[in-house]
Amino acid sequence: MDIVYTIWLRNVKRYLRSKSRIVGSLGMPLFFMLMLGFGLNSIVSIPGMEEGYMEFIIPGIVAMSVLFTSVSSGIQIIWDKQFGFLKETLVAPVSRLEIMIGQTLGGATTAVIQGLILMVFALFIGLEPAGIVGFLVAIGFMALIGVTFTAFGIAIASRMEDMHGFQLIMNFVIFPIFGLSGALFPINSLPAWLRPLTLANPLTYGVEGIRYGLSGTAQIHPLISLAVMAGCATLMTVVGAYLFRKIST
Amino acid sequence: MHTGTLNQGTGSTLAIRVDNLTKSFDGLVAVDGISFTIESGEIFGLLGPNGAGKTTTISMLSTMLKPTSGTATVNGHDIVTGEDDVRKSIGIVFQDQSLDEELTAYENMDFHGRLYRIGGEERRRRIGELLALVGLDDRKDDLVKTYSGGMRRRLEIARGLLHEPKVLFLDEPTLGLDPQTRNLLWEYIARLNDETGITIILTTHYMEEADRLCDRVAIIDRGTIIALDTAENLKASIGGDVVTIASPDPDAVAGLLTAPWISGIERHDGSVTIRLQDADRHIPGIVTAIHQSGIGITSLSVRKPTLEDVFLHYTGRTIREEEVSGKEAMRMFHRAGRR
Ligand SMILES: Nc1ncnc2c1ncn2[C@@H]1O[C@H](COP(=O)(O)OP(=O)(O)O)[C@@H](O)[C@H]1O
Ligand SMILES: [Mg+2]
Repeated sequence: MDIVYTIWLRNVKRYLRSKSRIVGSLGMPLFFMLMLGFGLNSIVSIPGMEEGYMEFIIPGIVAMSVLFTSVSSGIQIIWDKQFGFLKETLVAPVSRLEIMIGQTLGGATTAVIQGLILMVFALFIGLEPAGIVGFLVAIGFMALIGVTFTAFGIAIASRMEDMHGFQLIMNFVIFPIFGLSGALFPINSLPAWLRPLTLANPLTYGVEGIRYGLSGTAQIHPLISLAVMAGCATLMTVVGAYLFRKIST
Repeated sequence: MHTGTLNQGTGSTLAIRVDNLTKSFDGLVAVDGISFTIESGEIFGLLGPNGAGKTTTISMLSTMLKPTSGTATVNGHDIVTGEDDVRKSIGIVFQDQSLDEELTAYENMDFHGRLYRIGGEERRRRIGELLALVGLDDRKDDLVKTYSGGMRRRLEIARGLLHEPKVLFLDEPTLGLDPQTRNLLWEYIARLNDETGITIILTTHYMEEADRLCDRVAIIDRGTIIALDTAENLKASIGGDVVTIASPDPDAVAGLLTAPWISGIERHDGSVTIRLQDADRHIPGIVTAIHQSGIGITSLSVRKPTLEDVFLHYTGRTIREEEVSGKEAMRMFHRAGRR
């Protein structure tokens, strides 16, 4: 546990210290939230929801922010590899599993903080908190998204030599995962052929979970969302730990 | 192979025993069946040019790489079956920097101390002591990215010592540092060994480093150890002082030098290099002989042999610093950029 904490602490310290990264990665989600939210609020109405489009996409954008932050946290391992720091960790008499778990929890924590900052902004533009329990439910789902996708980032980083592949992963894996998650559109309004893809996408359940927590309504039952996200987080951690065990410096 | 008479097989105080250790990377044999032992308390040097297999050897001994064949023990633990015990016994400074530049020196040390499960009070005390030892206590709360190359190296050495290892590995500890910083580091390393009796194994391609710092030196080339002894004995083994005579007619000079006390003679373009014991006594005779036969001497120099001469003697090549492979050059470039 000490080891997990040590690795976690380093990740969180580095995150809190990199003010420009924090601010920089708020840019795109804020842009989405403001443009789509205000731009489409009056022309789009979501079937089955009294609130406007703004209320609908806030959870989606929060999820997006958690998604992007956690994937890049996981991929940070490549920087550790290139800057040599990974060796310092790997030569210590500790198991790779502890290192990987610490790294995952660290990444998830920073992703949740990033999501929370966004939620605070959202309070000023239309987010109406549905009570403390709902808020905690939302945080729980953010944490599960964080664990799932940090572990995913670690899995990718364990197999990549340098950052060249990063853009490829972002464009061909992460953006589609975001686009097909029901973050921006209600699942029911998608064409029938896209719906299975959306339902096969773990982020969909994360978004729905956050949405349930923040607005009290969701198209997928929160317990189903919880089960799927918990399963995904576990599975990705196992895969990430397996690949990280074989990482070479 | 030249083997020293010191420290042969005295069992109980061995810090490292290497037996026929081999590593190949798909086809390329980087380390080729090396064997040696290191006494506890020794400073042992692995001297060789770039690509000789030094880092690969250190990586195997520190459990970062699995050997292809052969065995080794560190502090009595097998490097394959006793991996965790080996890791607890060693401290290591890698060839390439391995600090977190976004953390302070203290935080880097603290991270390490926690990773090696050193309790809070003791951890703080030892970090304080070690940072003072390497002269960084007044900069301990500065981010490492503001440190110079020499400071980083000192910090890495302090960090490697934090968990009180029995054996310290230093892979090219002074690579890329200026001569002054290098001297300073040598002093630290020697004092450390003196005061704590820690066993140190260091790799280098600087002759002077091996010569000044190491109790014994193994010269490694193309994955094999070609000579192993004290620097003193190695230099004596190749036949004494080195006299270089430049002349318009080097062939004639070489033809003249046939006395039995000349232990070696080599022709290079425009000059002749001979080896002999007690050169000072023989020089006047040599000069007279050359003059009497009417051959001119352009210049003449006498010097004590260096480990460079030893390397040249055994391999026919020199360890030159410019023979840096592409990848190595890139790494050094990166390091320079970060320093
Ligand atoms: N991971 C690796 N994969 C393939 N070849 C390697 C690897 N590591 C080292 N080598 C090769 O093994 C040889 C020895 O390298 P190294 O041990 O780094 O030498 P040194 O440290 O003495 O400069 C070199 O030819 C190098 O290119
Ligand atoms: Mg090397």
